[in-house]
Amino acid sequence: MTFRLLLQTVLHPSKVVKDLGGPPNSQHLSTGLHGSLQIRHVDAGSCNGCELEVASAFAPVYDAERYGVRLVASPRHADALLVTGPVTKNMSDPLRKTLDAMPEPRLVISLGDCAHDCGIFKGAYGVEGSVSDVVQVDLHIAGCPPRPEVIVEALRGLTGR
Amino acid sequence: MNEACVVTVALAGAMAAVFGAALPVSSRVGAAVALTWVSCAAALVTAVSVLHSGHVVALSTSALLPFTGVTMVLNPLGALFVIAISVVALASTLYWLGYASHGLATRSASSALPLFVTSMLLVPFAASVATFLVLWEVMALTSLVLVLTDQSRREAARSAAQWYAVMTHAGAAAILLALVLLSAHSGGQTFADIEAHARHLSGAMRGTIFVAALLGFGSKAGAVPLHVWLPKAHVEAPGPASALMSGAMVNLGIYGIVLVGNELLGGGPDWWWLLVSALGVVSALYGALYAATSSDLKRLLAYSTADNMGLVLIALGASGIFAASGHRTVAAVAMVAALLLMVNHSVFKGALFLAAGAVQIATGTRDLDRLGGLMRRMPVTGAVFLAGALAVSAVPPFNGFVGEWLLLQGLLHGLPTSNTSVVISVTVAVAAVALTGGLTIAAFVKATGIGFLGRPRCDETAEAHEVAITMRLGAGALGALCLVLGLVPMLVLPAIERAAASAGRVGATSSASGWVSLHLLGLRGVLAPSLLAAGLAVAALAMIVIRRLAHRRRSVWPAVNPVEPWGSGRRVQTARMQYTATSFAEPLQRVFDDVVRPSRDLNVSHLVESRYYIERIAYRTTNDDVIERQFYRPFIAGVRWWGQRARWFQNGSVHRYLAYGFVALVIVLVVVT
Repeated sequence: MTFRLLLQTVLHPSKVVKDLGGPPNSQHLSTGLHGSLQIRHVDAGSCNGCELEVASAFAPVYDAERYGVRLVASPRHADALLVTGPVTKNMSDPLRKTLDAMPEPRLVISLGDCAHDCGIFKGAYGVEGSVSDVVQVDLHIAGCPPRPEVIVEALRGLTGR
Repeated sequence: MNEACVVTVALAGAMAAVFGAALPVSSRVGAAVALTWVSCAAALVTAVSVLHSGHVVALSTSALLPFTGVTMVLNPLGALFVIAISVVALASTLYWLGYASHGLATRSASSALPLFVTSMLLVPFAASVATFLVLWEVMALTSLVLVLTDQSRREAARSAAQWYAVMTHAGAAAILLALVLLSAHSGGQTFADIEAHARHLSGAMRGTIFVAALLGFGSKAGAVPLHVWLPKAHVEAPGPASALMSGAMVNLGIYGIVLVGNELLGGGPDWWWLLVSALGVVSALYGALYAATSSDLKRLLAYSTADNMGLVLIALGASGIFAASGHRTVAAVAMVAALLLMVNHSVFKGALFLAAGAVQIATGTRDLDRLGGLMRRMPVTGAVFLAGALAVSAVPPFNGFVGEWLLLQGLLHGLPTSNTSVVISVTVAVAAVALTGGLTIAAFVKATGIGFLGRPRCDETAEAHEVAITMRLGAGALGALCLVLGLVPMLVLPAIERAAASAGRVGATSSASGWVSLHLLGLRGVLAPSLLAAGLAVAALAMIVIRRLAHRRRSVWPAVNPVEPWGSGRRVQTARMQYTATSFAEPLQRVFDDVVRPSRDLNVSHLVESRYYIERIAYRTTNDDVIERQFYRPFIAGVRWWGQRARWFQNGSVHRYLAYGFVALVIVLVVVT
């Protein structure tokens, strides 16, 4: 699969973008956010596995931006907060402050198993808890790490495109 | 009765100076201020009665000055300047009572300040060349003493005084040249004689006289490129003195130009006034640009003075141009605009400098990058500064707006009436006024926002306390006047119109003003400042009401959550992370890089262990005056070089000096025989 993809990329660069099918039938959440979603991503203590997949979801192959999802540089510009990893003690305050800095209406998306239940980092000395222990989570994207298709699909569920 | 008032002005001023020098430190400032007030009150009474009745006050005596005596005449134009000066002086001397304990109670300062005020009050009275020059010189010297007040503590004050002394005397030399030429060609030295004879002079001579006077008085008014003393002397002078210099003394530069150009020479060809306007355009733009990029509070105000005087010069020049082409109505509007801008500038710049002086007293610094959060710690001073800043930015309910409105009305209505060169220059002037307005707003948003809002940027600022009650009263009076004159400009407009009419060669009343609205006679232009203010108040009230309602009905209006400023999630946010004056001005400085040419210096020092880690970054940017750097410094260096050369001639050897004498004698004998 990976080899085929690589070969296809080399042979037909224009076909790099993966066809992920039509728009989802229903939205996961009635958020009031239609068509576009600006995301601020916070790494609360992740092993960077999830970051690789998020980067890949926004890279040319899966290209989440064509479905109206965009990563932005400041919580002031964001509709949703995307949190990866277990929340470490050092990052719990910045995470709360980031959420405080976001205008309403706003969503919190936790991504990856560690964000849900701290995964293998559970009980570690630097870990405060899962994301839902620190801020209220609206949507969880499961996986360790979740595949880009899963991430894009979940985000498409929010934008409805 | 008015003659007695004039004598009172002079006598009270002189006595104030004597008491200031002679009394012990506990009572000298009080006595000096009381007598200065008497002097100001007498001047105010005289000026108001002159403006009210239209009769001039004349007084002459052969005593006091050898050979020539003293001649004093106050016409409505002079009376307007006397009123502006005495209002600023009353507020500044009240302020001085509180300021005195901060190094302004010395013998020299407490005798120089009353003398400075009195000489300024009397300059518009002067009606002969000798009287005028003596008073002008007293004014220059006493203000020089005031600039030197802090010289023992600050090297900068000494250097500023040096610049000021040289520039003011170079200006005085040009004025002397102009007035002496005038009196030599008219056979008398009173202004009445000169006025009677000046029209018979040749065009070239009249032009020379006007240009000399323009240079001399222009340097006093802070016109670029003769402004270099202004951002130094106004900055280093103590609070009340800088308010007097910027609020009152620079006006006399404008007075001098009107005096020589309109009264003594009786107007002139339009190239004179194009020159005045050009000087005004350059001053306005240059002053506003440097005000917007300075981070020293008083330096910013000083450059803003150059900018405002530029606007006055533009209006003055426009008035002259329109009068020369025979459009007396527009000329009158422009002249009224010039005088109104001048009066407004006196009030708001006095308020701003007094507030800046209070800030300097309370925090020990003028550097905007070290101030901050003063609005909460010094509410009265902050409110005065805010009022002054709104006025200088020409924001409607404050007085600056009416002046700029009149200026633009005059310029725009003058457009279709004139020939091509005038149309082009007036268009440039309108553009310059617009750009200046924008830059001024940037400068004062910076001064107020960085200096008075936010958090304190250093410990001294954090511990600042409100200043003495007299200082607050003095500054507050001028700050309140900014609002009053903005709401009811009709308080001063009739007086200004009379003064403009007496300045000659302009049409009669330019604006029929009731108490609510201002109509320009003969032009299409109506302004109702109080209705405008009422509209603003209603809009503000509506916003407050809507917000209240919004709080009740959250379903329609999302709630407002106050959160702390976003600092990338940092746990501790320090005051050093705030916007600074330098960073605020940086984009502007970058845009005008070719004009301002700041020098930037970035020093990155790495850790010894690894170049990937930075130990410290030092960024230094200096923003010194480009005209000073490019023109004055090379000139001074040249003079110094020549001085070094000339030392060869004067080496202390008596033999050589005897030889010089002998050679000179031989040359004289050869030439004479």
